[in-house]
Amino acid sequence: MQIYLPIAEVSVNVFLLFGLGGMVGILSGMFGVGGGFLITPLLFFMGIPPAVAVATGANQIVASSISGVLAHFKRKTVDLRMGLVLLAGGLIGAALGVWIFNLLKSMGQVDLLVRLCYVVFLGIIGGLMFVESLNAIFKSRKGAAPKRRHHGWVHGLPFKMRFRTSGLYISAIPPVLVGFAVGVLAAIMGVGGGFIMVPAMIYLLGMPTKVVVGTSLFQIIFVSAFTTLLHATTNYTVDILLALVLILGGVIGAQIGTAFGTRLKAEQLRIALASLVLLVCGKLALDLFITPSELYELVSR
Amino acid sequence: MRVLAALLLLLAALPARAEEVVLGLSQSNVSITTDFDGSDILIFGAVKREIAIQQDPPLQVIVTVEGPLEPVTVWRKARKLGIWVNAEAVEVDSAPGFYAVATSAPWNQSISAVEDLRHKVSIPRAIRSVGAPMDIMDSEAFTEALIRVRERQGLYKVEEESVDLRESTLFDTSISMPANISEGRYLTRVFLTRAGRVVAVHESEIQVGKVGLERWLFTLSRQMPLAYGLLSLAIAALAGWGASALFRAIRSA
Repeated sequence: MQIYLPIAEVSVNVFLLFGLGGMVGILSGMFGVGGGFLITPLLFFMGIPPAVAVATGANQIVASSISGVLAHFKRKTVDLRMGLVLLAGGLIGAALGVWIFNLLKSMGQVDLLVRLCYVVFLGIIGGLMFVESLNAIFKSRKGAAPKRRHHGWVHGLPFKMRFRTSGLYISAIPPVLVGFAVGVLAAIMGVGGGFIMVPAMIYLLGMPTKVVVGTSLFQIIFVSAFTTLLHATTNYTVDILLALVLILGGVIGAQIGTAFGTRLKAEQLRIALASLVLLVCGKLALDLFITPSELYELVSR
Repeated sequence: MRVLAALLLLLAALPARAEEVVLGLSQSNVSITTDFDGSDILIFGAVKREIAIQQDPPLQVIVTVEGPLEPVTVWRKARKLGIWVNAEAVEVDSAPGFYAVATSAPWNQSISAVEDLRHKVSIPRAIRSVGAPMDIMDSEAFTEALIRVRERQGLYKVEEESVDLRESTLFDTSISMPANISEGRYLTRVFLTRAGRVVAVHESEIQVGKVGLERWLFTLSRQMPLAYGLLSLAIAALAGWGASALFRAIRSA
């Protein structure tokens, strides 16, 4: 069954879209990532214009994150205080990100920027996570207790705050900076930024893995809602109909994913996410280096 | 007698009036609804004439359907530091978003190059490109790429010998529009030719536009973008919360 999308101005198969939303929803619930890093490139492949894919992806992430975060609130695995601090940085970052996006769009280079961002960040983060998780698995097999990490320089900064749920007493500056950086990338890449924030929270801020997923979902809701509004008012590229079908699949998937996630060990969860991130990164990198079959590209206004 | 002579003179002076097109369209409106998946337009008509059918040279029919004209930027990629980036751009001043040509005979028997140039019938003639930047020597490659990409998308097409012409009088053809066409006025032209020369032209219009929910959403997104954005967020929040509540109900039941 085909459905015509009013803003994207293309006709696509409803069940394909629904399945795509569902698959990304499962990932969202399992890993605490919005899934935007998968949904945006997959929408490109379906023939949705990139600008619409980026903006509508943000809208879809709002729904799947709300659905996911409610399940985490029930299990008390959301650090609200940390979430709000991250959010403060995130909103400023998102505004800057949309501005950069529109600037490069007018220069005709936005596609390249988005792809490069994907390759660089997915590559670094996927690689780091993969190695760390492998190490952790080998250590736990040997029977050694996992070492609690300490970050001297993070503890030396002013504006210290107590984050009870995370069991941390650290400066507010690193979380704000993490939120800001993720906000910029989120707006440019059309993603929630969970795949960057989750490792940053674990490795940079030293938050416990259980709290990380719920807290990042909480922050992602507001940053992607803000990004959606910015795209809707400056580019007119949010497609409600497209978002609705993706959301229906996504919210159902998110519930299934959350149930899965609680049954898996933290290390297994991380290694699975790392493999997925590396896979997407590899595919995108290949596209940048291989000679394209069509050297020309049309941009109509 | 004098009246008859005058009439004959008038007929000789206006040869184009000798044969005229009477056109019918299966639809003059194409409505883009939620389940829109492209549309086939049946174009049919007759040649009206007051003189006997002239058999040699034979009559041929060309039908064109042209979407709204818009400027397009064509980018060419080049390898820089190992990766492929958009390197050079040519602005095509105006190109139709959709262009279909159907003929009753092979192309070179249908219309001469001069007449094609005058009436802008073939695809390359329908595209207007004033000039490329000084440093680009092969600007034709960009126009060719534009045509190639749009042909692959089903937006540009030449269908030779797809117009059915009977007794040099009745003709019909079907033009299929893909789902990714844009809104606007579509110009339909019918050319009658003999030996490559255009003897009559008829123009008509097809209106392509969104209706119902599609129209409402599109208008809202352009005229009240903030309200539209908030609406999309409200739907997202409701769906997210609804699914969560639903699953909780299922689990506790």
